[in-house]
Amino acid sequence: MKQLLVFIRKEFYHVFRDQRTLLIMFGLPIVQLVLFGFALSSEVKNIRLVVADYAKDVNSEKLIDKIATSTYLIVERATVTQEQIEKEFKKGEVKGALIIPANFSSDLMHIGKAPVQVITDGSDPNIAKTIVNYLTTIITDFQEQFAPTASTLYPLHIQPEIRMLYNEEGNGSLNFIPGVMALILMIVCTALTSVSIVKEKEMGTMEVLLVSPFKPVFVLIAKAVPYLILSLVNFTLILLLTVFVLDIQIQGNILLLYFESTLFIITCLSLGLLISNVTNSQQTALLISLMGMMLPTLIFTGFLMPLENMPKAFQLISYVIPSRWYYLIVKSVMLKGLGFSFVWKETLVLMCMSTGLLTIALKNFKVRL
Amino acid sequence: MKVLRFILGKEFRQIFRNKSILAMMFMMPLVQLVILPLAMDFDVKSVNISIIDNDHSSYSLKLINKISASGYFKIVNLSANYREAILDIEREKAAIILEIPPHFERNLIREGQQRLGIYADAINGTKANIGSGYLNIVLADFSTALDLNVPPIHAAQAIQGGQIEIRQRSWYNPLEAYKFNIVPAVLVLLLTLIGGFMTALNIVREKEIGTIEQINVTPIKKWQFILGKLIPFWIIGMLIFTIGLLVCFFVYGIYPNGSLLLLYMFAIVYLIAILGFGLLISTYSDNQVQAMFLAFFFMAIFMLMSGFFTAVDSMPQWARIFANAMPVTHFVKVVRMIILKASTFDDVKLEFFYLIGFAVALNGWAIWNYKKTS
Repeated sequence: MKQLLVFIRKEFYHVFRDQRTLLIMFGLPIVQLVLFGFALSSEVKNIRLVVADYAKDVNSEKLIDKIATSTYLIVERATVTQEQIEKEFKKGEVKGALIIPANFSSDLMHIGKAPVQVITDGSDPNIAKTIVNYLTTIITDFQEQFAPTASTLYPLHIQPEIRMLYNEEGNGSLNFIPGVMALILMIVCTALTSVSIVKEKEMGTMEVLLVSPFKPVFVLIAKAVPYLILSLVNFTLILLLTVFVLDIQIQGNILLLYFESTLFIITCLSLGLLISNVTNSQQTALLISLMGMMLPTLIFTGFLMPLENMPKAFQLISYVIPSRWYYLIVKSVMLKGLGFSFVWKETLVLMCMSTGLLTIALKNFKVRL
Repeated sequence: MKVLRFILGKEFRQIFRNKSILAMMFMMPLVQLVILPLAMDFDVKSVNISIIDNDHSSYSLKLINKISASGYFKIVNLSANYREAILDIEREKAAIILEIPPHFERNLIREGQQRLGIYADAINGTKANIGSGYLNIVLADFSTALDLNVPPIHAAQAIQGGQIEIRQRSWYNPLEAYKFNIVPAVLVLLLTLIGGFMTALNIVREKEIGTIEQINVTPIKKWQFILGKLIPFWIIGMLIFTIGLLVCFFVYGIYPNGSLLLLYMFAIVYLIAILGFGLLISTYSDNQVQAMFLAFFFMAIFMLMSGFFTAVDSMPQWARIFANAMPVTHFVKVVRMIILKASTFDDVKLEFFYLIGFAVALNGWAIWNYKKTS
């Protein structure tokens, strides 16, 4: 036991000596969390829309005014032809065009139906769809105002009252916070542990450790403990940032959150140990743990892209990605304020993963080089 | 010139010697080009709904049938009360709850008005908004269809002002498939990862093993050394870009609608800029771990803030300025424009000068910061 403590101390010296890496380890999550927390959002905003008004009458004016008040769309008035729209699209600033035909009002009054044309730049389908959604809502609303008799014509009136749960103010980046947390912890923990072991291999000091009377398994444990502690400090920092800078309150039990995070960090550390087993150079270890893991983590955690839309095979893959489960846990505990009874399944999965990975890593650990 | 040739020979030999990294460099494009477009589908296809029916009348049944027949929703549960329904949301089984109050039918007929409760899980804002939007449409439809006394076409309404019909067309991508948006961006990702990561690691490795000292004491000039490092990766990068374009064509049928020459011109300049960036990282770090972490740090920012996943226009003002200060943002934009919209040089010349600026600035900075005397 005393030996182990000595070795853990040695590892801490290693960590603290390399101040630049330490700075990266703590600076990176802070900058990323703040950056993404403020900048990433599922909302589509500030879309430039050209409105070509050929009608130029009271109704079309009213409609355009109404669209212009939308905070999501930036309206530019110009009488443009199709060719000009294409030109604008090719420049890439304008994402959509609304064309109100010349006989808009008379059609509306006499035929009772008036078409307006919406042309969207489909190269970004998300924006194209959102433009149509926004315009549909605005125009439907406009119609109702325009013909206030509609509600009296339909005597049966159902009025929905919508409540947005967990996110009353409509914070569009709420979804991303737990995801970014999972991403950062996963990558940082895995990469640092795997590298610290491979480094000893590369420098030849691993041999020295292995011939010492110290049990080989303890070498691994001594490597992992400092990173576990540092990661927990890192996690605390992330939590403080979310509460005080991003202004997102932690709804659930903070102890539970710490417990789950410790579990997740242990899973990542085990993964790092496993990677260090199969590699011999720092470069390869880093390539696997950073480059190799970044994309799967981004894709399969489920915070950027909806998992339920993916092909079945991908959904199966996502089950073996630890960050997916951690993301679900953090979302439930931190944002929804749920207790352990709601996350025990995810916790169990993480537990199985960490014990599984740890056993494989320890079994595969070569005592002879 | 001869010196440069020797350095290039050395660099190529070093790159080809490490088979695993070489394999990774060429496998990555294929894997990414196949996986990412398959994974990225942001459509909200069906929303899971949990319904609390407190009325159990013929109207409420009709409404439930209407919701399930609408195709937008999948009814996961008919709950007895709010507490049971909220469990569905907490367990992530449902994204939205509809509460039909008691005496729904009676009130609707007697008073002509009835309120309904909709509760949406708003952590995922998009889904909540779309889900409640769909539900609104279904409800509006329901209330008009229910009333048998109302004739199908309102003479009065037609006179007072009728319906505005939205006719929508989506150019360049009529079906609004996401792959057209993603695939070109993955090409950019490839160049960025290869250019940024590989060069960042390469020089630091020489620092770490100590071989950089040996080069420093030779009469090799600074620029020769740096060019020797950049050119091999530049060639590999262009090769991978070409492979990527071929994969785009053969797997997805996506090919540049615009000028291929223009696309390559941009790729050439962009690659130089991003190589300079990798170089800059390597001059600022002492060992591979630091270089990797720095590279990873910037890659994550590049990927998440360049408009790859979420549109730059939707970001707050300061973030847009930040995004525009990255070469990736410009290249992502241009690649999409040239491949999908056939934009000409005139449309993108501003971006071109931006990229040249980045290339000059980043490489200049890197060369300035690289010192032969340590």
